[in-house]
Amino acid sequence: MEKVLTDNLVEIDNVEFRYDVRAVLKGINMQFPRGRVISIMGLSGCGKTTTLRLIGGQLRPTSGEVRVAGRPVHAMDMRELYTLRRRMGMLFQFGALFTDMSVFDNVAFQLREHTTLSDRTIRDLVLMKLNAVGLRGAQDLLPSELSGGMARRVALARAIALDPMLIMYDEPFAGLDPISLGVIGNLIRRLNDALGATSIVVTHDVQESLKIVDYVYFMSEGVVVAQGTPAQIMESKEDYVRQFVHGQMDGPVPFQYPAAPYPQDLRLETVRG
Amino acid sequence: MDNFVVRALRHIGHIVIDGVWRLGYASRFFFLVLVRSGPSFRRFALTVREIYFAGVLSLIIILVSGLFVGMVLGLQGYDTLQRYGSAEAVGTLVALSLVRELGPVVSALLFASRAGSAMTAEIGLMKATEQITALDMMAVDPISRIVGPRFWAGVISMPLLAALFSAMGIFGGYLIAVVLLGVDAGAFWSQMQASVDLRNDVMNGVIKSIVFGIAVTAIALFEGYDAPPTAEGVSGATTRTVVTSSLAVLSLDFVLTAFMFRGL
Repeated sequence: MEKVLTDNLVEIDNVEFRYDVRAVLKGINMQFPRGRVISIMGLSGCGKTTTLRLIGGQLRPTSGEVRVAGRPVHAMDMRELYTLRRRMGMLFQFGALFTDMSVFDNVAFQLREHTTLSDRTIRDLVLMKLNAVGLRGAQDLLPSELSGGMARRVALARAIALDPMLIMYDEPFAGLDPISLGVIGNLIRRLNDALGATSIVVTHDVQESLKIVDYVYFMSEGVVVAQGTPAQIMESKEDYVRQFVHGQMDGPVPFQYPAAPYPQDLRLETVRG
Repeated sequence: MDNFVVRALRHIGHIVIDGVWRLGYASRFFFLVLVRSGPSFRRFALTVREIYFAGVLSLIIILVSGLFVGMVLGLQGYDTLQRYGSAEAVGTLVALSLVRELGPVVSALLFASRAGSAMTAEIGLMKATEQITALDMMAVDPISRIVGPRFWAGVISMPLLAALFSAMGIFGGYLIAVVLLGVDAGAFWSQMQASVDLRNDVMNGVIKSIVFGIAVTAIALFEGYDAPPTAEGVSGATTRTVVTSSLAVLSLDFVLTAFMFRGL
């Protein structure tokens, strides 16, 4: 890992981010070396999706810097940002397929928008991408006719349509059946290696993601609380990581939402008095 | 008591500030739509597709409503005019009412509830299902790709729909006055021809319908784009589209009429 760290595709340096006055990210540092699959894990609301949006340039950091391929994202104007985004693919939580287009047209969308390739070439490329996710036969279906797992795979084919250098996954495992979970996990790894891309997987699915990633950042309440390889994470002694990885009910993240003392809420003291 | 007054004032203040903020946001949105309209014309197929959804699919309701409005005008006009012995003027009455007022206004109201609400719901749902964000992340500007073609489709469709509404209405008036009630066909048409002026009446009606088309479509698209990405958010935005654009059409109609026909 050490050797590769010198060649980072994405670097996050001391980034803070606030919505109005609420601090979502409180000074985080992350590196994403080229060619690797790296996961950002944490509970809902810990700031991991915000981190993804900062990398994609949809949000600007309050302070600090996010660099993609050596260039700070927040300093780019719209044209530069769009040039960069053509080299990024993103898989959204529920696919975000265009519902008025067939599977084929969804995957062909970026090729038609951004290239001057002939229809024949586009057709061949789309069929190759669909074949990679095992859905060449579903090219004429509409998104409404797909199962959740199939829709996610089509969205994945769409995300890699332009052979991106960076693929970002926002909760790719959410709401999938066990078979689809395995399929998506394998595809993330295989496509990353086949394309020579770098992948960032934002997820709270520990078991699936630890099987396929090279490195993990753990976030909690806007800070990175732990990081390491899957093996290091599995053996981590840190309370938060142990609770998360083993799905323990109580720990640093309390089972109870903050509330008044239980006896007081049940008015037991008054009864006794 | 003081507390109540302070709270009431604060509440009013919030409403005013929110309103001004939203108006500013809407103006900026409208400006961006105009500035980024290039693809709507360079790739006119995108706009044609939206003309089909907004315009062609609104034809049935526009044509049927036009026919009925014209028939009612024929009946009411005949009933009133015959008391003064000038039943032949019913053609003039039907044509002027439709071309100047009812054609643009009623078709704009129908357009707002048929096509405007559909645009708001569609864009709101696209936003709720992250399709708009997906476009943006694919380096495709959602305003020029999604909003622009819909805007121009609305602006192009509206005057055509209003013209068809008026034509259907005149035909409805003819059916009632001439075919049913026996007004002389020659008098019906010739009086209409003599009293409807191309510039003052027809063109002013066309200008009105273009203005209404801009207003209704811009409101519908903004409400959809600004809708909170939830089920309640989209349903609320759809309702607001119909209410706001109907009020906008009626108030703009008053202002335009005052300028056009009273020379204010």
